[in-house]
Amino acid sequence: MTPDEPAVDARDVAKVYRRFLHKNQFKTLKSAIVTGSLLGDLSPDQTFTALDDVSFEVRQGSTFGVIGENGSGKSTLLKLLAGITKPTRGSLAVRGRVSALIELGAGFHPEISGRENVAINGIMLGLSRREVEERFDEIVAFAEMERFIDAPVKTYSSGMYARLGFAVAIHVDPDVLLIDEVLAVGDEAFTRKCLDKIGEFRRRGKTILIVSHSLGLVEKMCDDALWLRGGRVADRGDPKRVIDAYLTYVAGGEDALLAGAQGQAPPTAGPAPAGPGDEADRHGYREGRWGGREIEITGVRLLDDRGRERHVYVPGETLTISLAFHAEEPQEDFVFGFGLFTADGVNVYGTNTHIEEFEAKGIQGDGSLSLVLSDLALVEGTYLIDVAVHKKDGTPYDYLRGLQSFRVKSRIKDVGVHRPRHRWTFSAAAELDPPAARAELDLHGDEESK
Amino acid sequence: MTSQVRRLFRYRLLIHSLVSRELKARYRGSVLGFLWSFINPLLMLLIYGIVFGYVLVGQRSKSVEPWFLFLFCGILPWTWFQASIAEGSGSLIAGGNLIKKVLFPAEILPTVTVFTNLFQFLLGLPFLLAFLVYEGKLSATTLLLPLPILVQLVFTLGLALLVSALTVHFRDLQSILAHVLHLWFFATPIIYPYVDQTGRLRSVLRLNPLTHVVVSYQQMLFDGNFTDWRGLLGAAVVALLLFSAGSALFDRLRDTLAEEV
Repeated sequence: MTPDEPAVDARDVAKVYRRFLHKNQFKTLKSAIVTGSLLGDLSPDQTFTALDDVSFEVRQGSTFGVIGENGSGKSTLLKLLAGITKPTRGSLAVRGRVSALIELGAGFHPEISGRENVAINGIMLGLSRREVEERFDEIVAFAEMERFIDAPVKTYSSGMYARLGFAVAIHVDPDVLLIDEVLAVGDEAFTRKCLDKIGEFRRRGKTILIVSHSLGLVEKMCDDALWLRGGRVADRGDPKRVIDAYLTYVAGGEDALLAGAQGQAPPTAGPAPAGPGDEADRHGYREGRWGGREIEITGVRLLDDRGRERHVYVPGETLTISLAFHAEEPQEDFVFGFGLFTADGVNVYGTNTHIEEFEAKGIQGDGSLSLVLSDLALVEGTYLIDVAVHKKDGTPYDYLRGLQSFRVKSRIKDVGVHRPRHRWTFSAAAELDPPAARAELDLHGDEESK
Repeated sequence: MTSQVRRLFRYRLLIHSLVSRELKARYRGSVLGFLWSFINPLLMLLIYGIVFGYVLVGQRSKSVEPWFLFLFCGILPWTWFQASIAEGSGSLIAGGNLIKKVLFPAEILPTVTVFTNLFQFLLGLPFLLAFLVYEGKLSATTLLLPLPILVQLVFTLGLALLVSALTVHFRDLQSILAHVLHLWFFATPIIYPYVDQTGRLRSVLRLNPLTHVVVSYQQMLFDGNFTDWRGLLGAAVVALLLFSAGSALFDRLRDTLAEEV
């Protein structure tokens, strides 16, 4: 293994899964027995291409992240790299000892003690008996399992199980470490410990390949990233850039989804049909539309600062709610109102033209109005909008409750509902590394400017 | 086939660990522990003792005495074979997690089953020898025992590889197998001596490789006079062929195993 050889070299890798349908399987067994062509008849009924045309290299000593939606082929790729399955086409070379953290503690036998399981698991992962003995104390100490190591594994909690599994796998001391979302297990302290250990691996120049939904982790730890979409490489290269491309793509998909849902809003008065999540009480909040329609809201659009219709925003962006109305007869008593709710029905904000002391003079025919929210100071989540036109005493002309929604997306996972524009300052006594430049921008809500 | 042998040899440490784990786990929590290796065939003996002592009185062969001991010589190795195949057929499905989540040569699982049961057999053997000593039957031919054991090991391994890989694709096989093994038991001269059989039945029995394996055990342990060299050699050839076929099929299906279990 020369230093400039890549640790992982994948060229045009494809993996086609074959499905054997059970009905046909029985037929196969029957015909196999009858005709004696057992081997020939073991042919698949259906194929499914999990990966296609995937090429990439992982430099020795680098940390490589693989991102993508569920079902995009990430786990398949990992199984190929671990050697659990073989590529259908293409070539895949992994240099050095591989340890895969795919499922922690896979292969633990519940009836025997942790001690014996560590020994067997270590051997399974490629250690010799001596190596297991040498590393045993370290493994147990890392897993913090000194007190329980002689108890049968079936008495362990799932956290203990995962800890011990991780400890064994990480002490195999691989040249290439494959990690599949396993850091989601265990409590926070242990997760941090795992991350520290992975950091140590990086410092020691080991190659790490991480498959994760945690974009923050990938951005923070990886030197390169690969984005899989539908089994193909959608993008690869600098993690920041790849993650941005991925987020934009995901946001686009959600945009289409939310816009599609809005197209199905009931056009007439009456309670809305029960949608998903509707059965939950939501603090008594139910989508619907009612009113006498003397003034009718004929259209609602959510626009970004460039006037494009969008349903996914990042904090700090400008959101314009644009209403079109039609008043058959002239009216003098009218109020336009707006309400903003979280997905579980908490009123975030509400206002109307009457509260804000506009004097209604008259309205007739077709027209429009806009409400511009110039700084969308919200945390990540889905938000529902009420728009209404009614009399000063509240008698509705047209009330659209929760029929419009939009989503706020952010990589900063702050909590609550409202995100005030903010910044941190520290005196010299507190030493903190500033977040990556990008994260700083997020805090100030300028994510879209990228 | 040689690559298969090499692979199994390379993983001998893992096989060893898994076999000892299996043996430990099997009897953990049971009062009698490893004695079960011996009690199992003994209980089977008891059943046949009752059947032939009270139900089919006078049906058993008078040419072998003591009949009990003769029966024991056949039942002990049969138990090894039968348990290996019955457990081995489901071993890949039971160990599916390993195949799917850990880089793990799948053939280790049926192999471990066969070796675990071999150990049970070897644990039971001293009891059988003790009985033989007690009856004054122990003879020098006992030293030849490694031969039929080796033949049986290869035969059982081959068949276990075959059925375990096929069971992953045809789960029905596991249900059929119990009955096949039952029939096979009676088609092997265990509860009756081979020498008593004549004519067509004898020629049918001759085709069963296990007949010669079991007869070898019986001759070496019980008769003290081993004559079925040719039969055992034939069984050895069949065993090697079966092992090759089992390995080949296993290799052919290897990639589908992790996806199908």
